[in-house]
Amino acid sequence: MRTALRDWPDTRGRFGPFGGRFVPETLIFALDQLERAYEAAPADVNFQRQLEALLAEYVGRPSPLYFAARLTEHCGGAQIFLKREDLNHTGAHKINNTLGQALLTIRMGKRRVIAETGAGQHGVATATACARFGLECVIYMGEEDMRRQRPNVFNMRLLGAEVRPVTSGSRTLRDAINEALRDWMTTVETTHYCLGSVVGPHPFPRIVRDFQSVIGRETRQQCLERLGRLPDIVVACVGGGSNAAGMFYPFIDDEEVQLVGVEAGGRQLQLGQHAATLHCGRPGVLHGSYSYVLQDEDGQTLPVHSVSAGLDYPGVGPEHSYWKEVGRVRYTVATDEEALAAFDTLARLEGILPALESAHALAEAMKLASTLPKDKVIVVCLSGRGDKDAAEVARIRGMPF
Amino acid sequence: MSAIDELFRRLRTIGRPAFVAFVPAGDPDLQFTEDLLHRFARLGVDLCELGIPYSDPIADGPVIQAAYTRALAKGIKVQEVFDLVGRIAGRLNFPIALMTSYSIVFRRGLEDFVRQCARTGVAGLIVPDLPIEEAAPLGEVCRSFDLSLIPLVTPTTPPDRARRIAAQASGFIYYVSVTGITGERDQLPEELVQKLSWLRSQTDLPVCVGFGISRPEHIATLAPIADGVIVGSAIVRRIAEAQSKPREQVLEETCQFVDSLLRPIRGKNPTFP
Repeated sequence: MRTALRDWPDTRGRFGPFGGRFVPETLIFALDQLERAYEAAPADVNFQRQLEALLAEYVGRPSPLYFAARLTEHCGGAQIFLKREDLNHTGAHKINNTLGQALLTIRMGKRRVIAETGAGQHGVATATACARFGLECVIYMGEEDMRRQRPNVFNMRLLGAEVRPVTSGSRTLRDAINEALRDWMTTVETTHYCLGSVVGPHPFPRIVRDFQSVIGRETRQQCLERLGRLPDIVVACVGGGSNAAGMFYPFIDDEEVQLVGVEAGGRQLQLGQHAATLHCGRPGVLHGSYSYVLQDEDGQTLPVHSVSAGLDYPGVGPEHSYWKEVGRVRYTVATDEEALAAFDTLARLEGILPALESAHALAEAMKLASTLPKDKVIVVCLSGRGDKDAAEVARIRGMPF
Repeated sequence: MSAIDELFRRLRTIGRPAFVAFVPAGDPDLQFTEDLLHRFARLGVDLCELGIPYSDPIADGPVIQAAYTRALAKGIKVQEVFDLVGRIAGRLNFPIALMTSYSIVFRRGLEDFVRQCARTGVAGLIVPDLPIEEAAPLGEVCRSFDLSLIPLVTPTTPPDRARRIAAQASGFIYYVSVTGITGERDQLPEELVQKLSWLRSQTDLPVCVGFGISRPEHIATLAPIADGVIVGSAIVRRIAEAQSKPREQVLEETCQFVDSLLRPIRGKNPTFP
């Protein structure tokens, strides 16, 4: 029997052939414990109420669906709407997931939380949730990312988190995940690993997708209320793929809605110059899950590059691999240059500084809009705000900051 | 019956545990690895776990990570490790088990990887990031080539799960002494003796213990209660000195260290080696 797209993963954590659990035996106990806690949570009215209240009163949800009139006019075609995840508390979609996982941490009786971060958004969101619930918090962050995202490092420390620099490998997100997993190997009995994207071993890809699905659910309802119909195209950026999974999942059975994921095309689509895992990679195993990866012919992880620290990752969530394989989502790329241009355009035309991650989705949406008639509707997931990127943009342009 | 099964059958009849040495292939280079394995054979090492370097070894501590990073920086390829084993396996008096990430095995293709193992004389395979739920396809291929697929059991493995792992294992069971990553520890965990004894009571397969074992006194403690002791990081740390010392000196010192670890085991059987 064919499984509907919304019904994955199966009990082994598989999305079609993708996903699963490829981790050391030491971690299996904690993954089972997390799975049990998560399975039990929906039946607990208190858990649901607490999460809903936090999302409404603490995060500020629902986030607005904003019609970008001047951007639409500029592109001269389809109407562009922005789902304003940048207006969430902490400035990105990441908080939707960390609050949910903080509640799960408490349910499991754990008091210490560790997390990896690339752009720092997930680190800040985790540090925030931990401060809110009085949990001990340690964030692993690559040294290179700490340099690129200095304001977020400072913010995490203000929130009481310990930020541990990761100096191994490429000193970016992938190495931060390695270090967080190593910490978890040692502390698994007392510590929850609050993974920030739809990657890693089962049940993380499912849990993070579910917590992020509030984005797509709200967008779907806002479109129906406002436009009386669903959008024609929904666009989101994909690094690990959490904002995209959360945005796409509630639309997954709406066949009339085109879903477009945008990966980091970097400088060019040549080895080491991009982070377009779905576009250029192939299925393999990385960080506990079977999914598309950027590897050499031996299975060694390849270096990646993106102007955006949040997309600078050689893997992608297994559900995205499945959506690609079955053709439900179209995955494309935007280059560093295109993302930077979109960053500028949105800033000047709409007065919104988008995160460089989200600017990749914007770049693709602007391209699409200009080719489509004015009655078409495109929704872009504006997953985060760009304040954190101001210094890096200034550096790239040689501007004083 | 694989060479690993034969090894433990022989050791059981003479009543001493196996000494298992972990060596990362290609640090500082493959010639060094080859020389070291020949010397290990003369010392009386019983089994060698040869690590194929991997870019993201999440179960490994800083010492083994650094060794892998150095080997990869020099451009080591999986095929070169197979070529090395093919050259020397027949001339060594101990079996070789390869240890690597499932990422490496999968990329090559399960069938192809295991066939290469069989062809070059590898006796067993240890894939630390392949838990029992995902191990069936590789297990099947290993069985058809008579290669032991050695699973890990850890302090966090619940008893019923440990029994299930043991039921599907071949060669030996790798008992991880600590909840953590590889690396030397001053002391072994208190509950280790009890947990190890329990696991041995649940299976006919040999149980070898590894992670954190780095001193002769650790080995003396474990020798009476384990079928084998595995030493990794403490050896790898000595090999790492090849970065700054002449290689002959490093080979010599590494062997002296391994010899000191073998002493408590030899003590159990005066006719050894």
